[in-house]
Amino acid sequence: MTKIQNNKAWLFVLPVLGLVAFSAVIPLMTVVNYAFNDTFGNNQFFWNGLGWFEEMVRSERLHAALGRQIVFTVIILAIEVPLGIFIALNMPKRGFLASLCLVLMALPLLIPFNVVGTIWQIFCRIDIGLLGRAMSALGVDYNYTSDAIDAWVTLVVMDVWHWTSLVALLCYAGLQSIPSAYYQAARIDQASRWDIFRYIELPKMSGVLLIAILLRFIDSFMIYTEPFVVTGGGPGNSTTFLSIDLVKMAIGQFDLGPAAAFSLMYFLVILLISWVFYSVMVARDAEEEG
Amino acid sequence: MAQITLSNLAHTYIPGGAHDSDFALKTLNHVWEEGGAYALLGPSGCGKTTLLNIISGLITPSHGRVFFDGVDVTDLPAEKRDIAQVFQFPVVYDTMTVRENLAFPLKNRGLAIPDIQARVALIAEMIGLESVLDQRARGLTTDAKQKISLARGMVRESVNAILFDEPLTVIDPQLKWELRTQLKSLHREFGHTMIYVTHDQVEALTFADTVVMMNEGRVLQMGTPESLFETPAHTFVGHFIGSPGMNFFDAQIEGSDAMIYGQRVPLGRRYKTPSGRIQIGIRPEYIQFTKEGGLPAVIKHVEDIGRRRIVHAEVAESSVKVSVPDGCPFDITMNRLRFDPDKINIFVDGWRAQGETL
Repeated sequence: MTKIQNNKAWLFVLPVLGLVAFSAVIPLMTVVNYAFNDTFGNNQFFWNGLGWFEEMVRSERLHAALGRQIVFTVIILAIEVPLGIFIALNMPKRGFLASLCLVLMALPLLIPFNVVGTIWQIFCRIDIGLLGRAMSALGVDYNYTSDAIDAWVTLVVMDVWHWTSLVALLCYAGLQSIPSAYYQAARIDQASRWDIFRYIELPKMSGVLLIAILLRFIDSFMIYTEPFVVTGGGPGNSTTFLSIDLVKMAIGQFDLGPAAAFSLMYFLVILLISWVFYSVMVARDAEEEG
Repeated sequence: MAQITLSNLAHTYIPGGAHDSDFALKTLNHVWEEGGAYALLGPSGCGKTTLLNIISGLITPSHGRVFFDGVDVTDLPAEKRDIAQVFQFPVVYDTMTVRENLAFPLKNRGLAIPDIQARVALIAEMIGLESVLDQRARGLTTDAKQKISLARGMVRESVNAILFDEPLTVIDPQLKWELRTQLKSLHREFGHTMIYVTHDQVEALTFADTVVMMNEGRVLQMGTPESLFETPAHTFVGHFIGSPGMNFFDAQIEGSDAMIYGQRVPLGRRYKTPSGRIQIGIRPEYIQFTKEGGLPAVIKHVEDIGRRRIVHAEVAESSVKVSVPDGCPFDITMNRLRFDPDKINIFVDGWRAQGETL
């Protein structure tokens, strides 16, 4: 059978291409332009080669922000993934309660990021916030605006509150797709609860779990709005994560060259890690199909 | 191995259901012998899987008791009944190797490692899994996965019973035949009590010593494959078993003769004139074409299925199928049907009536 060659359909893609050019490609190219040039104003640019990149790679400020970023991402993944799985395992499987749980679980996901930040910012304030006041009343020395540890705890708890639902809902969907015969067979084989989790539930939800981890990784690695609203990167630089630092550099200090080089590397790192995840998932699916 | 006794057993999925139609399984009393090979046969939704799951303990019956060797196990959960069950679709532990899959139920019961190894090797050889023993179960074909499920069902030596829930549905036809033969020989070798649920009469009749024929939650007949074929207890059994199924005609009984559309058909036995709807049933294999005598028939079409031909004909308004073996003379002038008197069954309101020998 001969395949019909007809490339006219590509014409339909043109409008989208135009839109994407304006919304993404041209801005990105501007960033690339800044990354390789230096300017002293007046729209005059001088070729700087990899100068900004070298400066950024050596920058201790960036190392520190990257370090904080990695620690933050690792902490929230280490909490949200097991907690999400645990919640999914214990959610009701059917009936009214199941629907109620699903709705309640989905609520935090629907709140705009800056609203989440504002809620927690106020909730934790020691002068008017419910949590802040309660902590003071209990005699706990808690103040996220002056204590770095308190600020970190606040941000981690906020992120867990905001995003654990996503992991839980994805895992729940994975669990719901397991036919009941698997559980029946496991009972007959006298498998323990741990065996059932280890050999049935975990393998069956590993696909959605990978997606959940990928999404949570990307999101937390790029986190900006919530810490910006709650702590603004402080106290000091203690919660200045990569994107907060980037914005400070680009818009606060107007160091456009270093900031552009920084953001390109930031972008490539996320792209690289996402690609690794994607390859792992594709390899898994290929194995699944035999 | 155990003898299984079902006492006044019935089940409804509707809490508090009391009406006859609420019951997925209607009251039954049976004793299934130790070491027997039983098949639960019936169309989809007839209650056979419900019955199987009651025996395995996955469902607690709403009425009646289940005994294994005289011990009441009705309230025992599946894991405490010491049974094995194979499901319709392959259930394998994806991340384990085939060997680990087979060893899993033995390991959980704390068997010694050499015993486990020996047993796994034996069963793998019988089911034909040796070549893939060290592969992960995940990447295997559906056929191979179902073989793992079967092997995991067979691997435990001392079980009260092994239950199969339509285990060969997903297997391709050639392998199906092979595995069925394999199961049969495993049964002969180990003598486990086996209960096999299927809607496929060929599977039931070849696998089982005793076939339990079910429809609409009721056991219609329990007997050898031969008795289901020759003397079906109910018109449904006659219709379901055989290919094609039994032919039925409305008739009146006059002593040892039946009247069908005004024609006299001799019966091998004498029947008391019963009341109710009377039907005579005759298998396609026991009808011959003749030139004279017998019922006049109009031949509609002939289907050649290799070793024999299936002739579709009509007697008055009733359609009838006749099986004509190869080499048996048959032509268009032979348009009358003669029934083998010994092979005629009489049904009153659907149930078979006993006749007296002449």
